[in-house]
Amino acid sequence: MHPSPVLRLLALLSVVLVATPVIFLGVQLAGQPDGAAWAALWRPRTLSLTLNTVGLVAAVTAGTLAIGVPTAFLLARTDLAWRRGWQVLTALPLAVPSYVAGFAWVSLTPLRGFWGSVVVLVLVSTPYVTLPVTAALRRADLDVEAVARTLGCGPVRAFRTAILPQIAPAAGAGALLAALYTVSDFGVVAIMRFPAFTWAVHTAFSGSFNRALALVLSVVLVALALVIVLAERALRRRAAAPGPVRVGAAAPVRLGGWQVPSTVLLAGLTVAALGVPVATMVVRSVVSVAEREAELARLGEAAVVTVLLGLAGAALAALLALPIGILAARYRTRSVGALETATYLGHGLPGIVLGLSMVYLTLELVPGIYQTPLVLVLAYALLFVPKAAGSVRAAVSQVPVSLEQTARTLGRSPVGAWFAVTGRLAWPGVAAGALLVALTAMKELPATLMLRPTGTDTLATRLWQLTDIAAYGAAAPYAVTLIAVASVPAFLLSRHADRQADPT
Amino acid sequence: MHAARRATSPAGRRSARLAALLLVPVVALGACASSDEPGVPLPDTETTDAADTTSDEGPLVIYSGRGEDLVAPLIEQFEEASGIETEVRYAGSAEQAQLLLTEGESSPGHVFLSQEAGALGLVGDAGLLTALPEDVLGSVPEAYVADDGTWVGITGRARVVAYDSEQVDEADVPDTVAEIIDPRWSGEIGVAPGNASFLAFVTALRLTEGEDGAAAWLEALAANDAATYEKNSAILEAVNTGEVQLGLINHYYWYSAAAEQGAENMRAQLKFGADGDVAALVNATGVGILGGGEGRADALAFVDYLLSEDGQTYFATTEFEYPLVPGIDGPEGVPPLDSLNGPEIDLSDLGTVVESAALVDEAGLTVG
Repeated sequence: MHPSPVLRLLALLSVVLVATPVIFLGVQLAGQPDGAAWAALWRPRTLSLTLNTVGLVAAVTAGTLAIGVPTAFLLARTDLAWRRGWQVLTALPLAVPSYVAGFAWVSLTPLRGFWGSVVVLVLVSTPYVTLPVTAALRRADLDVEAVARTLGCGPVRAFRTAILPQIAPAAGAGALLAALYTVSDFGVVAIMRFPAFTWAVHTAFSGSFNRALALVLSVVLVALALVIVLAERALRRRAAAPGPVRVGAAAPVRLGGWQVPSTVLLAGLTVAALGVPVATMVVRSVVSVAEREAELARLGEAAVVTVLLGLAGAALAALLALPIGILAARYRTRSVGALETATYLGHGLPGIVLGLSMVYLTLELVPGIYQTPLVLVLAYALLFVPKAAGSVRAAVSQVPVSLEQTARTLGRSPVGAWFAVTGRLAWPGVAAGALLVALTAMKELPATLMLRPTGTDTLATRLWQLTDIAAYGAAAPYAVTLIAVASVPAFLLSRHADRQADPT
Repeated sequence: MHAARRATSPAGRRSARLAALLLVPVVALGACASSDEPGVPLPDTETTDAADTTSDEGPLVIYSGRGEDLVAPLIEQFEEASGIETEVRYAGSAEQAQLLLTEGESSPGHVFLSQEAGALGLVGDAGLLTALPEDVLGSVPEAYVADDGTWVGITGRARVVAYDSEQVDEADVPDTVAEIIDPRWSGEIGVAPGNASFLAFVTALRLTEGEDGAAAWLEALAANDAATYEKNSAILEAVNTGEVQLGLINHYYWYSAAAEQGAENMRAQLKFGADGDVAALVNATGVGILGGGEGRADALAFVDYLLSEDGQTYFATTEFEYPLVPGIDGPEGVPPLDSLNGPEIDLSDLGTVVESAALVDEAGLTVG
């Protein structure tokens, strides 16, 4: 069966839209004096920055897998006490902006540089792995494991040969998100004083005003992000397609004597990822002696604006992701793969560059909407479409094609059949993708600063303004509110992963 | 002590914006195609035809590279005194400069208020600033005015050495560039090599010590294992917690941190540079009128207000910055501007910041 031309056209349109910021990069680089770009690129520093970022990505990805997969196992397959509570708590670090976590760790510990960046980035991005792997473990076909055991495999080998291939795609998808997050994150490496690529881009723009250098470095970042995406695709191709049918619930693994160590481990992670940032902010707020008017009204308004923009960005991202995700789930052809990969083009761009490209493109194409919320919503959607597309793909691929075909034979139109069957079964997954976009958009800073309507604040922009003048006490309520607001989608995501256990 | 923040715009306009935001999901989902006629009201995006506009249509749009908490109260005073309505866009000076360069002549902005001269120079070199009247340019010393008359300095910010008073005696703290690179501070000095004000300082070094002298100084600093930070406030935080003993920052950062934490609780203290040494460099904040603000009476009124006694006194009393207009009292508890007697350089020359960044880079200090 071939994909319908309409679907392909829609997917193509989405991808073109997502890739537009890269056009700006091309235009700007073409406008630079001859040789400026090459001169900027061919410096020893470019190599050392690349190695730094690659090393950071490798360490953070490994760290998120090393913590995320065992955590997911505890949550999905054992008789861990207070499992539902842990399910939520292990997802909530997603709500903590990396720059807030970084600031807290720097205030409290002597951790700096490479390892400081690794620790903070691992803490905030481990849920990207934990959530999908938990869901995948719930879905995993446990009979295969049981069969492996009866054939004489030890528990470890049985897990490796029977279960690991089934959770590898989920782990890979999660690790991909963590890796891409690391590539484009600026807040943590700046606070930790680790010379990574994004810091260099920022310095080139804001310190030395070297636009050619900033743009060239951005191109390298985009390329780096694409390499990571392609690597994940290659791994996914080798992994087995996820089994669509879940076979009865197996008895959970009894933790026995491991109950206490497991609980201590999860508690430690929660304190490190959630407790440290929140406590630091609260303490800063208490010790502040600055006399300020209460900002309650303003805080409330910024919270409302943050939520509305986040939700609108999420809705648009999910809409754009639908055709791409459906194609990717149903047709594993080369051209579909290329389309899916292209959605990540915008993802490697530093926020400031994405912001500038949106400024340029809006003024060139639709000046009427410049500095309106619409541009910001569009920017969020373009930045985070890949996050939504991954979830759509995973959700749709779990719905057997045969169900949709049955609906067709019963007289439904293709679109009708899709909505009646696949759409209905896949929508929780699509919604989960949108939630992931919403919570990421709420924390977004550089593009928001560049594109927001004049006079409009989000929680993140206000937080930035206050910390920039060292007014940490006044900034604290914004940080805590941002974490609280972003916790709602994080909570819902954890529930989504949990529900994978109950067949719908 | 620190200025309390107040809302910059009347409540009505705020709720209108909120209403506009509420429309967003509807617009985004339902009307993606009709981008020519968005369902969102556009209060401030009309592009003024720069050349022949003499009337001030719509509010005065200010692009501020200075923080909202620093200047919003002053802008409010200006609104009250003049009856002029403003709309202010806040971000870092460098980000605003990049934004203005990207917007080009389509910028909705009328005035660019910048935290430092380099960003103004960048925007001015791109031809996006208009020449200011002679009387405006004449109100501050010549060193704080653009050569081509496109921007004027408002306040001065001294480069200082912040030191951890628990680890270092004030008498031992270096106050010349030569002492700063003394090996005794190895691993104990924090700098922000990618920061615009550090690069301005390096440019001053190049102008006074020559290219080779500046390069040698930077190499010595790098050889001394200087700790590199992203920005001034991070350095001050590091000195204040004893992570490093010394830090090169701008003087007023200390005052806003002291307002937050209490001056008596500050471990970090400041030492100002010695007479005539580059360590005593005074950098300028400044303002310029953008192409879109050309001919607007309110834009000029705003520039005049910043240079008025009220404007200048505001910066001196609330931000501890140096007024650049002669005859206005300087900030309390800070050495007077005359006594700093910084190096003899023209701030317009600080525009050659790309070369300074290259020099810093070669010394192996920067991350860019």
